Amino acid sequence: MRRLNPSLVAGGVIVGVIVATALLSFVWTPYDATFVDPSVRLATPSWAHWFGTDKFGRDVLSQIMVGSRTTLFVGVVAVGVAAVIGVPLGVLAAMTPRWPSELIMRTNDLLLAFPALLLAIMFGAVFGASTLTAMVAIGIASVPSFARVIRSGALQVMRTEYVLAARAAGRKPFPIALRHVLPNVTSLVTVQASVSFAIAVLAEAALSFLGYGTPPPTPSWGRMLQESQEFLFSAPRLAVFPGIAIALAVLGFNLLGDGLRDRFDPKLEDRR
Amino acid sequence: MPNEPAPNHPAVQVIDVVRDYPRPRTSLLGPTPVVHALRGVSLEVKQGERFGIVGESGCGKSTLLRLIAALDRPTAGQVVVEGTDITTLPERRLRFLRENLQLVFQDPMSSLDPRMRVRDIIAEPLVVQGHPASGERVRELLEAVGLSADAGDRYPHQFSGGQRQRISIARALAPRPRILIADEPVSALDVSVRAQVLNLISDLVDELNLTLIFVSHDLSVVKHVCDRVAVMNAGQIVETGPTADVYAAPQHPYTQRLVSAIPTLERALSGATTTDLLPSKGETA
Repeated sequence: MRRLNPSLVAGGVIVGVIVATALLSFVWTPYDATFVDPSVRLATPSWAHWFGTDKFGRDVLSQIMVGSRTTLFVGVVAVGVAAVIGVPLGVLAAMTPRWPSELIMRTNDLLLAFPALLLAIMFGAVFGASTLTAMVAIGIASVPSFARVIRSGALQVMRTEYVLAARAAGRKPFPIALRHVLPNVTSLVTVQASVSFAIAVLAEAALSFLGYGTPPPTPSWGRMLQESQEFLFSAPRLAVFPGIAIALAVLGFNLLGDGLRDRFDPKLEDRR
Repeated sequence: MPNEPAPNHPAVQVIDVVRDYPRPRTSLLGPTPVVHALRGVSLEVKQGERFGIVGESGCGKSTLLRLIAALDRPTAGQVVVEGTDITTLPERRLRFLRENLQLVFQDPMSSLDPRMRVRDIIAEPLVVQGHPASGERVRELLEAVGLSADAGDRYPHQFSGGQRQRISIARALAPRPRILIADEPVSALDVSVRAQVLNLISDLVDELNLTLIFVSHDLSVVKHVCDRVAVMNAGQIVETGPTADVYAAPQHPYTQRLVSAIPTLERALSGATTTDLLPSKGETA
């Protein structure tokens, strides 16, 4: 029986809670997250409004619950885009001869050197600020790290004797990639996806804060932070709640990634 | 009958083969440094022969095997398998080789895909070559290597080293090859199971009329299995001959050292230790 590692458990619980909250928000929130009630503007936390209300009288808890959907949606799509492009690129770079491989990796390095946020802002300027542009931009910015990690894993797999045996049996490169390389880098993909998810959450919040992400009135943790700026001294709780939500989400996905990495560590393989 | 050996041709001929590997550049403008893995190797393995290749690690044994299996190409020279020159043959014309020549590798931890069921591992050569990969054939192979039929449902990590090597052997035999190449098949195994695996290989080679090319750093293992042996050192073959002769009367100084390195009961009883094997007392290496 394997010992459960603490970061995997902690990360799993935090991520689980966020996912559950997002799912719950589809069927129930204390109030309509976009419902404006001027009579309770800037209310302090109470039994009626657990996290208080913002400058328009919207319920903060409801906004955070609905905002978790945006966060997860952006994360899933961004990581999806990054994995769908990055994983095949990494495998390709590992399996092709020197020149094509170098070309892929140097282009990759070029993109890696480019700040993700700048890319997203450029995308926002060209295609208009929306959740979709933010997701795609964050995804594209995460491609290089995927490609790099997967390439190193795929290179290791290509050096194993089971790939040699497959070649000696007459397997062509493409089936080798599908049957041997991909299944053996899935653990790396999982770990990288989890870490990239944390980065995507943070990037989405930053973009919304800057006004290049999710447009109003859809609740987003990043924009809640931005809207709370003017009340930073009078009502700091408006910044604290979404801040905690963002920090928890990032922490959760990072812990999950770390935990998965330990779980898949080849040195611990024998305990399986 | 595809399993009929082509007459009159030696199973494998290696003619003056050279293989150089470029090393990573050490300077931007200077020439790329080169490793000479093989420096002009020639050998001939007859049909049905059990041919051993002995040498210390790094002497080019594995490079030679890869060239014979067309998993790598020589820098110069020719490799001829069953009368066909495979040196420059493109992969799509190597089908005969992929069916007739199979390998068993050294490390049974790394030679079986950890994500595949044993059944699929053994059937892989069959599937690739378009043979009907019936469960029947896989069971037959498992039985031939002394594993139970339900072993096919499990994953490689659920087996011991010796059992995994049996799985490797089953996979190699699946397409009914005529030539079996074994690259140090027992050196990663516990001493207690080595003899079992060696006997298994030996029996199967007899039973199926295979040509065996057996590589090892251990002359006593080769002596146990092979009729003829080639001794390799630093990318060259220094001595070839019937195993018994080479073992009893080694000609080349390198072979003499190799033979004297084999631990025997007499030497152990007379108090010899590993330090006696070092070429120190006025002798040159």
